[in-house]
Amino acid sequence: MVTNFSRIFKFAVNDFSRNKGISLAAIFVLVVTIMLVTWLFFFHGISKFLISQVQDRIDITAYFKDDAQEQDILGVKEEILKLSPDIKAVEYVSKERAMLAFNEKHKDNAVLAKALEEVGTNPFLPSLNITTNGDPVQFAEVSNVLQTANFSKFIDKVDFSQKKDTIEKVFSITSNINTFGLILGIILVILAILVVFNTIKLAVDSSKDEISTMRIVGATDWFIRGPFIIQGAIYGFIAFVICFLISAVSAYFLSPKISAVLPGFNTFDYFLSNIWILVLIQLAFGAGVGIISSFIVVRKYLDV
Amino acid sequence: MIKFEKVTKIYPAHFSNGSPTAVLQDVSFEIKEGEFVSIVGKSGAGKTTLTRMILGLEDPTHGDVFFKNKNLRTADSFEIQNIRRSIGCIYQDYKLLPAKTVYENVAYIMEVEGKGYGKIEKEVPRVLELIGLEDKMENFPKELSGGEQQRLAIARALVNNPKVIIADEPTGNLDPYNSYEVIYMLEKINKAGATVILLTHDREIVNKLGKRVVTLVGGRIIRDEAEGKFML
Repeated sequence: MVTNFSRIFKFAVNDFSRNKGISLAAIFVLVVTIMLVTWLFFFHGISKFLISQVQDRIDITAYFKDDAQEQDILGVKEEILKLSPDIKAVEYVSKERAMLAFNEKHKDNAVLAKALEEVGTNPFLPSLNITTNGDPVQFAEVSNVLQTANFSKFIDKVDFSQKKDTIEKVFSITSNINTFGLILGIILVILAILVVFNTIKLAVDSSKDEISTMRIVGATDWFIRGPFIIQGAIYGFIAFVICFLISAVSAYFLSPKISAVLPGFNTFDYFLSNIWILVLIQLAFGAGVGIISSFIVVRKYLDV
Repeated sequence: MIKFEKVTKIYPAHFSNGSPTAVLQDVSFEIKEGEFVSIVGKSGAGKTTLTRMILGLEDPTHGDVFFKNKNLRTADSFEIQNIRRSIGCIYQDYKLLPAKTVYENVAYIMEVEGKGYGKIEKEVPRVLELIGLEDKMENFPKELSGGEQQRLAIARALVNNPKVIIADEPTGNLDPYNSYEVIYMLEKINKAGATVILLTHDREIVNKLGKRVVTLVGGRIIRDEAEGKFML
């Protein structure tokens, strides 16, 4: 068993090094395919970042009546958190904090300071700043809580109606991007697999007569198939190493340029934080497609 | 040792671009251990189909083929592989492994059988020396002449000391000198105890051998003589 495996491995390495042209072509096609999948992975990261950027800006502000008690407002907050536990943030801003924030923001504006002085009292209302996860369902849940009779009596106004359309639009764009990306990704990956399959088929086709001779001399199916499958794995592994290096280098050098267009998104950080999943995708895709293609093509000749 | 019992082989229409073709019809004969049998016939007479059946590469449409009393129709893949390993094959187009060196081509047969490294390292150079290719061990088949390639094919067929040698038009691509060298080798192998099945349409070679001749015409055996001549 061990002897057989070492022989199969030796045949694979010999065939690989003796058929340099075919090996290079197969590796090149695999590199292009894996890079395509890697690009889709980065594209997914960028689109997720963009979507979260937009969704972070979707919030609701509920302004309470001047005489609303702090415990009533906190009761509303609790109710919202109970109904939508995955809500991003619910922040209570008291009258005093609102005033302080206003003063801080406009400390250099003498006209506004004077106007506030003329009013005499604190004109700000206590509020809850609610940040949803951008999902219209959650948005509707929050709106419903605020409109129930128990709570609406404390509320002066809710600043959300003018944002409803925007939220629905964002949600529909988000879901369209995801669907489109998924369909495009699947089509590209299928095309890439077909190209790799045909390249490996060409490589194995050149050994068609050799396979038939091996059968005639009584080699077992695995003794014939093994070297081709290991060659497929070698193609995949080398392609993976090349792609991994290209991804790391391009993520590092493109990072400042992409950060200039997408502030807050660092491609190299994204690469590092997803390094294992990327290794898994590239390796599984490269070696997987290489091995499966070889297996299928050789089986065809073994069946004849 | 090898027995054909009422064997008929019909290729379906899609193989022959038209109507189904019967390449062998009701063929029955037996080859005994240690015999030297020439099977003669024109191209398309069914000679190659006959050998493919002995190797279990094709099943008869009707009838049965036996190898050492084992019906090949009912043999599993393990038994078929063992039968193939006990037969040495020599072909007109040599059927060498082009990506392997001369040494590796011969060694492959022993590796298929699971022989140890020590035995392979001892046996392969010995066989290559026997057929005069000891200086070309590291060459690839395409770097050899036609005669050398055929000698390599013979070395490969002999290395495992098979009980049966099938030589399918082994002299088809060779000049008269190399042809007689190949036939001389086959006679020597036969004298050493192996059964030899020679498929040919070379009249001179068959007549000179003076051994058993089975004549195939249109897929049927029309003559089977113990000391036959080439008559078509």
